[in-house]
Amino acid sequence: MTSHPIPSLEVSGLAYAYPDGTQALFGVDLSIGRGERVALLGPNGAGKTTLVMHLNGILTAGHGSVHVAGLAVCADTMKEIRRRVGLVFQDPDDQLFMPTVREDVAFGPANLGMRGAKLDRRVRDALERVGMLDAIDRPPHHLSFGQRRRVAVATVLAMEPEILVLDEPSSNLDPAARRELAEILKNLDVTVLMVTHDLPYALELCERSLILSGGVIAADGPTPALLSDRDLLAAHRLELPYGFAVPAV
Amino acid sequence: MVVAAGPAVSAGHHHQLYRPGDTVVHRLPPQCKLLAAAGFAVAVVATPRESFWAFGVYALLLAAVAAAGRVPPGFVLRRMVIEVPFVLFAVAIPIIGLGERVEVLGMSLSEQGLWAAWNILAKATLGVVASILLAATTEPRMMLLGAQRLRLPQLLVQIAMFMLRYMDVIMDEMRRMRVARESRGFVARDVRQVPVLAKSAGALFIRSYERGERVHLAMLSRGYTGEMPIIRDLSASLRQWGTAGLLPGLAAVTAVLSWSLS
Amino acid sequence: MHVPDGFFNAPVSLAAGVFAAAGVAVCLKGARNELNDRTAPMAGLVAAFIFAVQMLNFPVAAGTSGHLLGGALAAILVGPYTAVLCVAVVLLVQGFFFADGGLTALGINITLMAVVTSVVGWAVFRLITRSAPRSRTAVVVGSFVAAAVSVPVSALAFTALFWIGGTAPIDLAAVAAAMGGVHVLIGLGEGLITALTVSSVLAVRPDLVYGAAGLARRLVLRTADGEVPVEEPAPAPKAGIRPVLLGGGLIAVLLAGVVSFYASGSPDGLERVAADKGFNAGEKASSVGHWPLADYGVKGVENERLSLGVAGVAGVGLTVLAGGAVFYTVRRRNRDKAAA
Repeated sequence: MTSHPIPSLEVSGLAYAYPDGTQALFGVDLSIGRGERVALLGPNGAGKTTLVMHLNGILTAGHGSVHVAGLAVCADTMKEIRRRVGLVFQDPDDQLFMPTVREDVAFGPANLGMRGAKLDRRVRDALERVGMLDAIDRPPHHLSFGQRRRVAVATVLAMEPEILVLDEPSSNLDPAARRELAEILKNLDVTVLMVTHDLPYALELCERSLILSGGVIAADGPTPALLSDRDLLAAHRLELPYGFAVPAV
Repeated sequence: MVVAAGPAVSAGHHHQLYRPGDTVVHRLPPQCKLLAAAGFAVAVVATPRESFWAFGVYALLLAAVAAAGRVPPGFVLRRMVIEVPFVLFAVAIPIIGLGERVEVLGMSLSEQGLWAAWNILAKATLGVVASILLAATTEPRMMLLGAQRLRLPQLLVQIAMFMLRYMDVIMDEMRRMRVARESRGFVARDVRQVPVLAKSAGALFIRSYERGERVHLAMLSRGYTGEMPIIRDLSASLRQWGTAGLLPGLAAVTAVLSWSLS
Repeated sequence: MHVPDGFFNAPVSLAAGVFAAAGVAVCLKGARNELNDRTAPMAGLVAAFIFAVQMLNFPVAAGTSGHLLGGALAAILVGPYTAVLCVAVVLLVQGFFFADGGLTALGINITLMAVVTSVVGWAVFRLITRSAPRSRTAVVVGSFVAAAVSVPVSALAFTALFWIGGTAPIDLAAVAAAMGGVHVLIGLGEGLITALTVSSVLAVRPDLVYGAAGLARRLVLRTADGEVPVEEPAPAPKAGIRPVLLGGGLIAVLLAGVVSFYASGSPDGLERVAADKGFNAGEKASSVGHWPLADYGVKGVENERLSLGVAGVAGVGLTVLAGGAVFYTVRRRNRDKAAA
């Protein structure tokens, strides 16, 4: 499935428990090639968010390993890993912590040591790509939810990541904002891992899907094929919306 | 049916005082204004309470700042409500105070107490008005940059920055919890309702803490290593320092004069 | 509750400012050690939480309601260093952004409401949870007592400051009685809501309560052969309480020494009035222009002051010794019991 010899993301045997004792991951294996757009599907509590946290070393594996474009995630490589993996959180309020959109988008590149005109160009460019350049000097909490999510994507794009990881990108969006975001994502030229339980969104944007259930990868294949398998979906508490049919493959 | 939280659910003192504008006072760099307000307050506190004229001068100085900053008197007066508890206390001092007593309108009041009450009222009022004018003409974000310029520890500035950013988010969460409580018929009447409020407080803490963790993760994801990159820096010209120095300068002269005259 | 400008004279405001700055500096370092690079966002969010919770009015008795100070609650939930920082930042923000609390009184407000409540609350909490067997009940009871004690102690600290540099001629005993009496009641409310809040957090996320370090379970792998436990190294031991107690003790000794040294030269309300029969001299004796130290030498109370300072230090020393003895005995008895 991978066309490039070194995959963008490689996870093997990953297990993890939270400090409160709850174990969320029980040995996850997956591989994503460069340029792929992959959906990670799974019911609530399957460990999706926990897995995402391991991808850029926010959580460190209790057992197993994560490689990003060949580089292992560990304490020594953290800075480079965090540049390579762009994480977009579910709640844009968590991601937009600076007083203005400009400062927020600049935060990442500035941490990489970028300053002055070069930084400014990077910020404008990232905002341009999500269509939010007009909001550059506004405080994030004055934006609509959909706008905040687009700015959140821009904050990550400004880091020029190897892989973009989105946690529930369509949650809480109205239909128009949902479509606008889909168009932006389709036109981005990066590897994308999209964590979601919005199955039609996965079908629209991703050619391949993984199902995470019970802390392990339960299925891996072309999205239309997985979504046509009613028994598979039912076994992992996934459901297509009422009246939605997967177009014939 | 959605229960909407009305805008006036909690008209507490958490409302931002900042009034956008483009006046001399607004344009001054924040670090100058911070020092000016603090210097003014120190001069006021150091003035002997018998120098009525000095307090008059201070009031005029503040009035001039308010006029220059286009801050209407009504706005300042409304914000002064914050002082009320201490006004009540000040009123009580002459009644419970010690020492020689004087007859005022048929009441026996302590002379020292009257002086103390006047002292507290005058100084507290001038201080509050100075603070209101500072907050009304300085954008919160700029205030933080000013504090940073004044070498307030980085970490303290950052904590304040995060607090200001997430204050409204957390107040909103608290408001939603209250609406949820009240829409199920809950009224906080006496001590028996405390457990319910405490549960809300506990839930609020967990939400705040978890949000803090997520914000930290979001920062880490973008290369944060404990230092905030300085993206914007503000410098003040000598001229601006001079303009801002007028208020504390004149106040200091007044304070010194009041000492040498008393 | 926020002290405005003019309530305390300039020297005391200034001294409290220096003390508060030193306390905050110590806590900045301490919090960094505890939270690492998480300090800024975590403390910021907890500060926002304290700010919000201070607005939560709770009914004390019919007709009256109080609101939380939050120092002890913060200390138990996030540790004493972070707690002082959070409450101090709340007070700074209230002073500069909301005009709540005088700018010259910031030092006093931070000392009373951030440093005293958090440090006293934490010390009392540790004393109780350390001498009792480790359990959820001990943590909840400890929270109640810690918060309930922290409020009247803060009120007494206010009274002490008022004694040294208050600007109103009120009988000190009356101030102490009034402040103490009211705040014992408020303290009970604070204790109740603190204990219940801590208990509700314990029920859901015990790992978040700093004062109740939890135990982690071991990892399990779900493989074809069923669930296999993963070996893991023993966790590193947590930093002890010693630096906090040591620092707190040092602060108390210094404070007692300095306060007693200072206070003896400043007559209380009654004496002041009697001595001055007017208003001028009494006020002058304690204002910036006439630094009180200048007066002392003239009045020739040098020795008296010195002896009072020494007495203050000795008093704290004795208290610490007595407290330590009780603490030690209780712990020994527990250890003996555990051994038996």
